[in-house]
Amino acid sequence: MADVVALIALIIDSAIRLSVPLLFACLAGLYSERSSIFDIGLEGKMLGAAFAAGAIAAITGSAWMGLLAAIAASSALALLHGFACITHRGNQIVSGVAINIIAAGLTAQLGASWFSQGGQTPSLPNTARFLPLEWPGAEALAGVPLIGAVYSELLSGHNILVYLAAATVPLTWWVLYRTRFGLRLRAVGENPAAVDTAGISVTWLRYRAVICCGVLCGFAGAYLSIAQSASFIKDMTAGKGFIALAALIFAKWRPVQALGACFLFGLLDAVAIRLQGVAFPLIGDVPVQFVQAVPYILTVVLLAGFVGRAIPPKAGGVPYVKER
Amino acid sequence: MTGSHEQLPPWATAVVLPLLNVAAALAVSGVVVWLIGESPLEVVSLLLWGAFGWGEGVGYTLFYTTNFIFTGLAFGIAFHAGLFNIGAEGQAYLGGLGVALACLYLDFLPLPILIVVAIAASAAFGAGWAFIPAWLQARRGSHVVITTIMFNFIAASLMVYLLVNVLAPAGSMQPESETFSDHARLPFLHDIAAALGVQIATSPLNLSFVWALICCVGFWVLIWRTRLGYALRTAGINPAAAVYAGMSPGRLTIIAMMLSGALASGMALNEIMGSQHRLILEFTAGYGFVGIAVALMGRSHPAGIVLAALLFGALYQGGAELAFEKPQITRDMVVMIQGLIIFFAGAMEHFFRPQLVRLFSLMPSTSRQEA
Repeated sequence: MADVVALIALIIDSAIRLSVPLLFACLAGLYSERSSIFDIGLEGKMLGAAFAAGAIAAITGSAWMGLLAAIAASSALALLHGFACITHRGNQIVSGVAINIIAAGLTAQLGASWFSQGGQTPSLPNTARFLPLEWPGAEALAGVPLIGAVYSELLSGHNILVYLAAATVPLTWWVLYRTRFGLRLRAVGENPAAVDTAGISVTWLRYRAVICCGVLCGFAGAYLSIAQSASFIKDMTAGKGFIALAALIFAKWRPVQALGACFLFGLLDAVAIRLQGVAFPLIGDVPVQFVQAVPYILTVVLLAGFVGRAIPPKAGGVPYVKER
Repeated sequence: MTGSHEQLPPWATAVVLPLLNVAAALAVSGVVVWLIGESPLEVVSLLLWGAFGWGEGVGYTLFYTTNFIFTGLAFGIAFHAGLFNIGAEGQAYLGGLGVALACLYLDFLPLPILIVVAIAASAAFGAGWAFIPAWLQARRGSHVVITTIMFNFIAASLMVYLLVNVLAPAGSMQPESETFSDHARLPFLHDIAAALGVQIATSPLNLSFVWALICCVGFWVLIWRTRLGYALRTAGINPAAAVYAGMSPGRLTIIAMMLSGALASGMALNEIMGSQHRLILEFTAGYGFVGIAVALMGRSHPAGIVLAALLFGALYQGGAELAFEKPQITRDMVVMIQGLIIFFAGAMEHFFRPQLVRLFSLMPSTSRQEA
């Protein structure tokens, strides 16, 4: 029994770790897409941020400087997306694809020429990373059944970005549903003309949404390179930006549900890693590739309206042209 | 800005704007090259020499161009119907499965028949993979942009599973299929030329290049000379008018997406049957995404697509040579340049339009007074 509890605690613990970057990126996408700027460039922004964090933390020896650099890099890419999509009314999908490709090429090239380690950044010492925080009494409670597993294993022992990610969910909920900015953000994604008529700048509102997106993607990227691991590795996001996008659709563009969707997809990932080669009764060996594809399949099923229905913000993807 | 569309002559929109966009992308790339301590001019000359300076280089350039023509045509045909197919990557991947199955299990057929079968198989698999998102949009209202992204990832998982567990020969740890037998391969163009008594440099350039050009002609005929092409363009420009004229946008969506998937899988024909001679992991290598830029730069016209594909092919081949000559520069530099071209030519298409309009409004005003 104790073994099972320990195993479950272990899987949930690794699910939490795996879902944190998804959650940051998913909420980032939420701000952008709620304002009607589709963003398939989450992946590229995360990658750019992960590289900036790894590089700057290695140079300065400070995790916080790394985080700042990650936010700056990701916001720069977000503003580029905004400049193309909001100011120049360019195609949001093409811009997102371009940002993903630019980030993939630029980070690997800069990494290779700055650090000469084949696109990787130097391995960070512990002082330049976000380390797990031990909660008071975690050690003492570790032996207690159940409570020990929950307190010491699940709640304690994560780095600060994990707790920040958790805090971002209620914060986003509050911003979206309880502030003036949030009301306008939701409105501009549904009916920008009405927002414009009320005398509010659609352009500036969307730019603010895109900046929020950039900042949160910065956290996601920094988590990957200076919290979860100790260096930036070429293409280290490995599709997480797209899983986050799937989670956003799965959550129907709502913050609390985003937490659930990201945790579900993180859990699938954790289970896929742990269950490699384990045969199940009745179904037998489940291929790990199938488990990896489940988030995408679920999203397609949901989009098709077979189970529930995901309806994107009405003005999504449409540039706003002021009437003359 | 809306009125400015009429103020530019069509040739300026078709030629000058894309060239300006590419120039802007290359200028930004030049800054990055300079930042990592290399001379942009030297890099450009190395790139050009690598792509066009020697026979083998030209062959490789055209080989890569073939891939870009197919993915460009794939995006272009869906674009004419108002659809954004960003799933060429996954469709070509599945197309590769079709080619490999034909070449592995039907290699007793005489080569000309096998080639036809392989083309049909790849097209069927690519079109089949595109059918699901297309059907979901036409009948269930889920947008192809999102579903095709998801289908790229599903295709990637599926192919890893198949290559590791099903297609890899027993006892092999490599996630790739068996190598095709000698007579189940597309002939290289240098072999064909040698048979005709002409000596050209050895390269992986093969018969798919010819097939790509045939597809370009077919594309042109279909889009501008047939009833179906007219319907596709109508549905793309004005779906409401299409319904009013008795066309079914849902049906056209499915047809356009399936044609798109079939064209995308031509890329698999070139890579798998033409060059690799076995099914490998991730042979699509981003060609599907770059196809978006190829089609947008080429204004979804076959002639434009061939030229844009040649640009990207040259960049690809020249970049490989560049990475070889300059240890400081990796192939990732070319990936970044591709991304920048997609950004400037695709997302910032009209960035230079106001300036250009101003320029043109200065010039022709004199000629109008004369007339």
